[in-house]
Amino acid sequence: MLSIKNLQASIEDKQILNGLNFEVKPGEVHAIMGPNGSGKSTLASVLAGREDYQVTGGHVEFLGEDLLEMSPEDRARAGLFLAFQYPVEIPGVSNANFLKTAVNEVRKARGSDPLDSKEFLKLMNEKMKLVEMDKAMTQRSVNEGFSGGEKKRNEIFQMAMLEPKLAILDETDSGLDIDALRIVSNGVNALRSKERSFIVITHYQRLLDYIVPDFVHVLYKGRIVKSGTKELALELEEKGYDWIKEEAAVNA
Amino acid sequence: MNTMKTQVSHPTVPAGFVNAAESLANLHGHSQETLKEQRVRALSDFTRQGIPGTRHEEWKYFDLSHIANTAYAVAGPLDRFSIDSASSEQFRLEGSNACLFVVENGSLNDTASHMEKLPVGIRVGTFADLGAEAHVMNHLLRHAETHNEPMVALNTILAYDPLIVLVDKNVRIDVPVHFAFVSTPGGAPIAISPRLLLILDENAECTILETHHTHGAGQEVFVNTVTETVIARNAKLHHVKVQNESSDTRHVSYHKVNLAADSNHHLTTLTLGGGMVRNNLNIRLDGQQVNTWLNGLYVLNGNQVVDNHTLVDHAMPHCFSSELYKGIIDDKAQGVFNGKIWVRPDAQKTNAYQSNKNLLLSNDASMYTKPQLEIYADDVKCSHGTTTGQLDDDALFYLRARGIGEVTARALLNHAFAADVIEQVENESIRNSLLDLLDRHLNS
Repeated sequence: MLSIKNLQASIEDKQILNGLNFEVKPGEVHAIMGPNGSGKSTLASVLAGREDYQVTGGHVEFLGEDLLEMSPEDRARAGLFLAFQYPVEIPGVSNANFLKTAVNEVRKARGSDPLDSKEFLKLMNEKMKLVEMDKAMTQRSVNEGFSGGEKKRNEIFQMAMLEPKLAILDETDSGLDIDALRIVSNGVNALRSKERSFIVITHYQRLLDYIVPDFVHVLYKGRIVKSGTKELALELEEKGYDWIKEEAAVNA
Repeated sequence: MNTMKTQVSHPTVPAGFVNAAESLANLHGHSQETLKEQRVRALSDFTRQGIPGTRHEEWKYFDLSHIANTAYAVAGPLDRFSIDSASSEQFRLEGSNACLFVVENGSLNDTASHMEKLPVGIRVGTFADLGAEAHVMNHLLRHAETHNEPMVALNTILAYDPLIVLVDKNVRIDVPVHFAFVSTPGGAPIAISPRLLLILDENAECTILETHHTHGAGQEVFVNTVTETVIARNAKLHHVKVQNESSDTRHVSYHKVNLAADSNHHLTTLTLGGGMVRNNLNIRLDGQQVNTWLNGLYVLNGNQVVDNHTLVDHAMPHCFSSELYKGIIDDKAQGVFNGKIWVRPDAQKTNAYQSNKNLLLSNDASMYTKPQLEIYADDVKCSHGTTTGQLDDDALFYLRARGIGEVTARALLNHAFAADVIEQVENESIRNSLLDLLDRHLNS
């Protein structure tokens, strides 16, 4: 589904990703962990197509297409979804209007007819339940005045509406209390399937108790330096990152 | 530094305008004798001041030199109109049930208007129809000052047949009355001077929609319009103005509004078209407990220059005024907002608010904004704020990351920025058609 080869990227001439290799197959859940500044959010941004980042080398293939050649909207239409670490507030655009536009643009790109208002409302009501979202939230401006937890729930709600093939969750758990974490994780788990894959970027092992990954990778200095199963996350929780850094230094 | 006002020794007084004013005066003869005094004064005020130059503080960013230097044919009474009843429908707002009047090159076009659909309690006509009414005698050409306003003086000498709207006491008119001001360019540049008097008697309420269009192709157009609005005690006016003229049109407009005690006044100005557009509002709150809302939206591209000058004159206590002006400016277009609020010594307990917000969509777009608050009372609440910025890149990326194409995403964000100005229009059908008009403009 997703194949990243030797990916190198920089922002404002500062090299962040240094030859990253990574493979995701349909239905897999990969967790990416790592100390601050290791390049986790850069990876998410580069995959989603944020223009502030320059890709200086490497190749990314998504469902057989050259992802790096695609515009952000074409990536989304092809089935890539990024749950933002910092969801953006957009005053004056209602959540419902925003999502209707998005859903119908994605449907159009996939050759489906647009949903009319009634069909859209039905879909929205169904997906709102997944993240225990209040109807009033759909009428409010996108993320405007939302609490941290509401913003993250709104991300998962959007994911449910857009039904992506690959979802990248960028620190979706950061700043969430345990109730919000449970709601968000339940939403994600409900969307897990044999076809849909996830990349879960997190600082905290805690999230992985709720969203159990198939693989755990450690990103350090813009490279994946260690991969394992969910036990690796427990080990990191217990021992921190120093031993990883030492290992990386020896191998370098 | 020399801070004294510079007096231009030789005012620019185009002979064409003065000659036209003199021949119109002959034409009016005895039929408009009662207006003679004002016209004579206006002529002297115009020749004294001339067309203002950019050294005039009020006209600093709005260069009228092209108007001063162009030989215009001055629009007079039309022999025949080019718009008929069927073709007038193109000027109607979509889905609007308004009672439509067409004003062609400053003349009321009877055949294209719908006088017969006018509800009881409101009268529309020219000086010949309504000039003898006591109200009209008391107000016509008497509110918009010519002394310091050369462009008002110019309109006063060239407006040959003022249009009059009278709303009777205690009448509420539910159907909007729509005036489509249409310019029909010809083989020579043309100067058009529409003049409108709106009078709402006590407890009257109505909605006036005013749209400005260019019909057909031809040489450039100069529109110089003056509207005098008189709102009596406890009356309420909803006034919506849409400017959508050709890029070859220069449009100067002046509104003088007099508000008596307990009256309410809304004026929304939507500017989409026109090469150069100057809107002057002069609103006098002349009784207690008056409320006025002045809202404006300008969406500009190409080389458009749009200048909104507002003056809110709080003369009496316990009044409220609110101004919200927003602009979206692209290409090499230029916006100007100058918002003056006077709170006179008697106007205690005044609440006055002003906000001007702008989005610049290109590096060559520009905006000059200047709030001017002059407060001479000590127990008032006044605030003003202004912002000028660019489209939020993070918001744009967020929308695109959800599959929304860049063009649609930009239109969505621009709409979100601008819509709240239009959302304050009370009439639902007008509000919805303006929102549609805005969307079509943003997506074009």
